[in-house]
Amino acid sequence: MRLPLLALLAAGPAHGYELKQALEKLLGAAYPQPNVGQIYVTLGRLEKSGLIEGEDVEQSARPNKRIYRLTDAGREAVRAWFEEPTDEPRVRDEFFMKLAIAPQTGLADQIALINKQRRQYLNTMRELSRLAAAEDRDNRVAQLLIEGAMLHLQADLDWLERCQEELE
Amino acid sequence: MSRYRAPAGQGPAGQAPAAPAKAPPLLRAEGLVKTHHGEGAPARAVRGVDLTVSRGEFVAVTGPSGAGKSTLLHLLGGLQRPDAGSIWFDGTCLDSYGESQWAVLRRRRIGIVFQFFNLVSNLTVADNVELPALLAGGSPKGARADRAELLAELGLEGKERSMPGELSGGEQQRVALARALVNHPDLLLADEPAGSLDSRGTREVLRLLSRFHGRGQTIVLVTHDARMASAADRVISFFDGRIADDAALGADGPGVRRRGKGVAGVLELKD
Repeated sequence: MRLPLLALLAAGPAHGYELKQALEKLLGAAYPQPNVGQIYVTLGRLEKSGLIEGEDVEQSARPNKRIYRLTDAGREAVRAWFEEPTDEPRVRDEFFMKLAIAPQTGLADQIALINKQRRQYLNTMRELSRLAAAEDRDNRVAQLLIEGAMLHLQADLDWLERCQEELE
Repeated sequence: MSRYRAPAGQGPAGQAPAAPAKAPPLLRAEGLVKTHHGEGAPARAVRGVDLTVSRGEFVAVTGPSGAGKSTLLHLLGGLQRPDAGSIWFDGTCLDSYGESQWAVLRRRRIGIVFQFFNLVSNLTVADNVELPALLAGGSPKGARADRAELLAELGLEGKERSMPGELSGGEQQRVALARALVNHPDLLLADEPAGSLDSRGTREVLRLLSRFHGRGQTIVLVTHDARMASAADRVISFFDGRIADDAALGADGPGVRRRGKGVAGVLELKD
């Protein structure tokens, strides 16, 4: 959560709830909603490390709200974030360990493991299709997020197919 | 309300119909075997398949290329004959059916769409769709009305006089879908219907299949695309000529165990 929040603040000062709304608007309903408590905790830590600074603003008849702005160090951290390429997604390592070790345990059958995993992926794929249909068609960022998840899942399914071809 | 809804006696979207206990499944196959004898070694495309499809079901058959899934579909549609095994359609055994009886069955009760559309290239879109209705004995007026309604439904209004070659792949496949559905078949067989389409065309075909299924159309879809397969209620994984897995999707049916964070887990962005 740290760097996306910092990056949102590059657009201008905001308070915690505004940042939550900005994320929701950007990523759509499909994106698991960030918990507002988590956002406040993260903002507190960012402030402690000097990447943002907060200022309390008085509100009539309501508690103060704290508005955060990026510091120079924060802006630098966002630049560095954009500068670095992102790590590759990892192969499903836990499933792969199960598949690799199963034969010597005598406790599970590899093909049964593959079938079970495929069912799980297909069900998730189905939910993603539903989400894509329910999501605002014009929210391209949200649609791309869902499509990305589907393509990853498709690759995992292709890989399961390869495992099955090799191991059957 | 469209007339292209479930043939009589079918349940609502995606449901196995509350049919009388004695009603036979729409499609049943037992012990299907098919070996292709080409130039090389014989290829055992289908090696002992039992399969039942109920009315209203949307079944996807998926698996790697060369697994024999298209051959299976061809056997179910009578486009190829099995070396062994039997097929029943709506309770009638088809073992003794000859070419002409299969042709009549396909014309009236089994619609098929293919990867490469297989439209008649020198007939207009309208004629491609009306032809099977006329061949099935429909009146020209009825065929025209059905054609017009289907083309409108499939977003092809204004394309009636076009020739297939003037249309995009996605449009041609929609014409093929209209042709397959014009006689209100009990069963729609689809063999990689999006296999030669771009992602937009794929989404369109998928949306239409889901829509017709929602009205009760029974569908058997062969695809290597997991995104298409996941639109079905049931996914059969086909490997090396055999059914490796047969899974109900969606509802927490037997064998469907959800764990982990599922869809939220795959969408969550991480630091």
